[in-house]
Amino acid sequence: MNPPADSVPPRPVLQARGLVKRYGKVVAIDGADFDLLPGEILGVIGDNGAGKSTMIKVLAGAVHPDAGEVWMDGKLVHFRSPLDARAVGIETVFQNLALSPALSVAENMFLGRERRRAGLVGTIFRTLDRSGMRRESRERLHSLGLLTLQSVDQPVETLSGGQRQGIAVARATAFGTRVLIMDEPTAALGVKESRRVLELMLGVKQRGLPIILISHNMPHVFEVADRIHIHRLGKRIAIIDPKAHTMSDAVAIMTGAMKPPPLPEL
Amino acid sequence: MKTSSRSAIRLLAVLTLLAAGNTARAADILIGLITKTDSNPFFVKMREGAAEEAKKLGVKVQAFAGKFDGDHDTQVAAIESLISAGAKGILLLASDSRAIVPVVQKARDAGILVIALDTPLDPMDAADATFATDNFKAGVLIGEWAAKTLGPKAKDAHVAFLDALENQPSVDVARDQGFMKGFGIDPKDTSRYLDENDKRIVGHYWAGGAEDGGRTGMETLLQKDPNTNVVYTINEPTAAGAYEALKAAGKADGSVLVVSVDGGCPGVKNVKAGIIGATSQQYPLLMAKKGVDAVVEFAKTGKKPPPTPGLKFFDTGVNLITDKPVPGLKSINTAEGLKICWG
Amino acid sequence: MNSESDKAGQAVEAGLSASGDPAAVATFEERKSPGRRFQQFLHVYPTTIPFLVLLLGVVVFAFIAGSRFFHPLNLSLILQQVTIIAMVGIAQTLVILTAGIDLSGGAIMVLASVVMGRLAVLSGVPVPLAFAAGIVVGLFCGFLNGLAVSWLRLPPFIVTLGTWSVFRATNFLYSKNETLRQQDVEQIAPFLQATGRLIKIHDHLPFGFVNGATVTLGSLFMIAVAIVMTYVLRRTAFGRHVYATGDDPQAAQLVGIDVSRTLVSVYTLAGFICSVAAWVLIGRIGAVSPNAASNVNLDSVTAAVIGGTSLFGGRGSIIGTLFGALIVGVFRNGLALAGLDNNWQELTIGLLIIIAVALDQWIRRLSE
Repeated sequence: MNPPADSVPPRPVLQARGLVKRYGKVVAIDGADFDLLPGEILGVIGDNGAGKSTMIKVLAGAVHPDAGEVWMDGKLVHFRSPLDARAVGIETVFQNLALSPALSVAENMFLGRERRRAGLVGTIFRTLDRSGMRRESRERLHSLGLLTLQSVDQPVETLSGGQRQGIAVARATAFGTRVLIMDEPTAALGVKESRRVLELMLGVKQRGLPIILISHNMPHVFEVADRIHIHRLGKRIAIIDPKAHTMSDAVAIMTGAMKPPPLPEL
Repeated sequence: MKTSSRSAIRLLAVLTLLAAGNTARAADILIGLITKTDSNPFFVKMREGAAEEAKKLGVKVQAFAGKFDGDHDTQVAAIESLISAGAKGILLLASDSRAIVPVVQKARDAGILVIALDTPLDPMDAADATFATDNFKAGVLIGEWAAKTLGPKAKDAHVAFLDALENQPSVDVARDQGFMKGFGIDPKDTSRYLDENDKRIVGHYWAGGAEDGGRTGMETLLQKDPNTNVVYTINEPTAAGAYEALKAAGKADGSVLVVSVDGGCPGVKNVKAGIIGATSQQYPLLMAKKGVDAVVEFAKTGKKPPPTPGLKFFDTGVNLITDKPVPGLKSINTAEGLKICWG
Repeated sequence: MNSESDKAGQAVEAGLSASGDPAAVATFEERKSPGRRFQQFLHVYPTTIPFLVLLLGVVVFAFIAGSRFFHPLNLSLILQQVTIIAMVGIAQTLVILTAGIDLSGGAIMVLASVVMGRLAVLSGVPVPLAFAAGIVVGLFCGFLNGLAVSWLRLPPFIVTLGTWSVFRATNFLYSKNETLRQQDVEQIAPFLQATGRLIKIHDHLPFGFVNGATVTLGSLFMIAVAIVMTYVLRRTAFGRHVYATGDDPQAAQLVGIDVSRTLVSVYTLAGFICSVAAWVLIGRIGAVSPNAASNVNLDSVTAAVIGGTSLFGGRGSIIGTLFGALIVGVFRNGLALAGLDNNWQELTIGLLIIIAVALDQWIRRLSE
């Protein structure tokens, strides 16, 4: 099936149509659609149990849908595992950050994607290129404005929540990423650290990377999102412009108290 | 006549029933054999001996074992299940010879004959009978042999003790203290070791009854006193390990006397090879066999087995095995020992 | 988030506002108390403590027990005495790093030794084949452990408690509790005892102070294995994955590490190391005995824990475990030479374990 024709609006980077996933008798997502435009921050909101997490997991390759299709840059893709999604550039910063506390910053940056030394040492003895990875980590963190005054050899557990969030974002944007999914990034942070993370997100957006922001925190979503995808009863029921709607509108649509505005043609 | 013949028939019927009830059919006799663990070859041989004798007599033996040295609870559970299974006799090697007494009493109250094997209960008469090696005597024999072999040098000897476990089980203590007595060291309180102060004692080490502990123990005690020339070991695996240490230290030239207890076949071979100077041999198979026989006898006639005259238990015997006999001390040589060894 | 981290975070914010640098989202500099500094230092170099304890032990016993203790021969003997515990400890370290535990390691070692010995000496199998068979048995036992832990998802403690009994029983059933005497092994399969060969150092080195020391091939072999495993843990991706799996298996899974495969590999590797340790065991005791080394399981855990390997996973090192094994050896030997009752040895070792675990908890508290 061909992707829907798009004319004036830019082609979505990531797109899905008709996603369905059932767990036994429970229908988690019921014909859900999704569009992520280039260079935008798309907020995704919905009540608990609305199915937004399941949909995101499908996009990240962690869940196989029972029906529906996903396109990346206009090409149909099938993710058998999160590794496939990562291979096309979809990276997720998880709610629990997926950082290994006892390992160092540099080790975490390259966890699962370790670099080996060139030549025989790397192939036969499988020696890691530790200094190379350390160097790259430092550069990455610098480029995102995360200044490191101490070493990247510091164990991650010695850092605060906001700092760890920074590392997780740096890791997610480091490897040829095309799409960044951030799952409740500010849920566990204090006011000031949340601020830093939101600014970091804007910085990432400035580099041209689109972000899918899943959050329950309305003020944060309304602050940084360009568009907001509202999920209810397993489907996308609305896309609203945060400048044109209020937070209470969004909540009302989310809970069904208000009729959603018609979906724009995409 | 009619009345008396009818009563005679009734009497005959009753007597027949009584007789039938009283005669225990051989196949009904269940004997429980409870060992300390199932890993020590000593216990394995006992189980085999009991099973063999049981087959010969047509009775049934059910074997239980603790999971580790000192496992008392498994033995308690075993006795209780034997009581409900209606066993006629229990042969017990107690892991905790004191704590097992109450449940043993329960068994005896239920009419079960309880015989302590190898390890007497505390107090000894808590069991109906005890068939054991006189472990103290076993120690005395090898102590005397060591002392007499050294002759006049015995009073300046340096003696190392490789004992078994820190909780000093009765077998461990009996052999250790027996050796001291036989060698001429004052054992003080013979119910425990470590309370002596003879300056000939180099030290005690708990080797756990196996080769690796024997080696480490010997190394350590040799370091403590490089002039050690007598080594008492609780059993032959310990002695084998100790010998490895002596070899490594260049002392396997016969200048150090190693003595042991058990008389298992590998151990007797080691005596023959000169690794162990002398060992006291004991007879687990005999213990098991006599135990089974005693229970069958009790089930049939209600008679309990008598102890060896002059002793409170039945001594299943111990023999000193050595190829270097000393005058005044009865011993048998290794060829003889190999014929009657176990394991 | 508890107050430690909050305080740290607030200190950062305060620092940032003071410097007036809006572009700095996160900096890593913090003002710390000396206690915190030490805690962080231990984070990065956790083997400091076991090393210091070992040094302290040697010094103290040198004073208490004098030259009988502090003599190259005695010190080298201690190394020999802990070699087997250290080898099984290396296997144990790998497993504990994944937040697991292997209670069956010692049983695997003895089973492998019995297989090697009986096949070679009693069944007439050519020695290299018998040796290989023992290794295969160890690999298989380890693999079973790994399968149960990763595939059946059973807690490692329970699994290896069960397999400990299974391997032990297999050992006794196969060997019928019979011991093969050292002389018989020497006659038919001397290769199995090869690790027992002693090398006396006095003439080989110019350093006078090690004269009189003796080293067995077994100890050298153990050190070689330690070096290889240290390399694997620190310089290969697999090593990182082992740490990550123990530290936070969910995080590891999410970044694409195959946690199941890592676990199976670790347990299998542990089984392999234990079966190789069987070779060292036969070298040390000369005989092939199904009853030997019954305490090695727990001793290997002791060595790993005292050496700074955390039972909660993700933290620890091979060298730490070696220090731990040496500490156990030094304390046991030193106390014995000082004339102290065996019970004191066990008491001291027990205290050391408690202190080690308490320290590990204190270091970990940094992250909460």
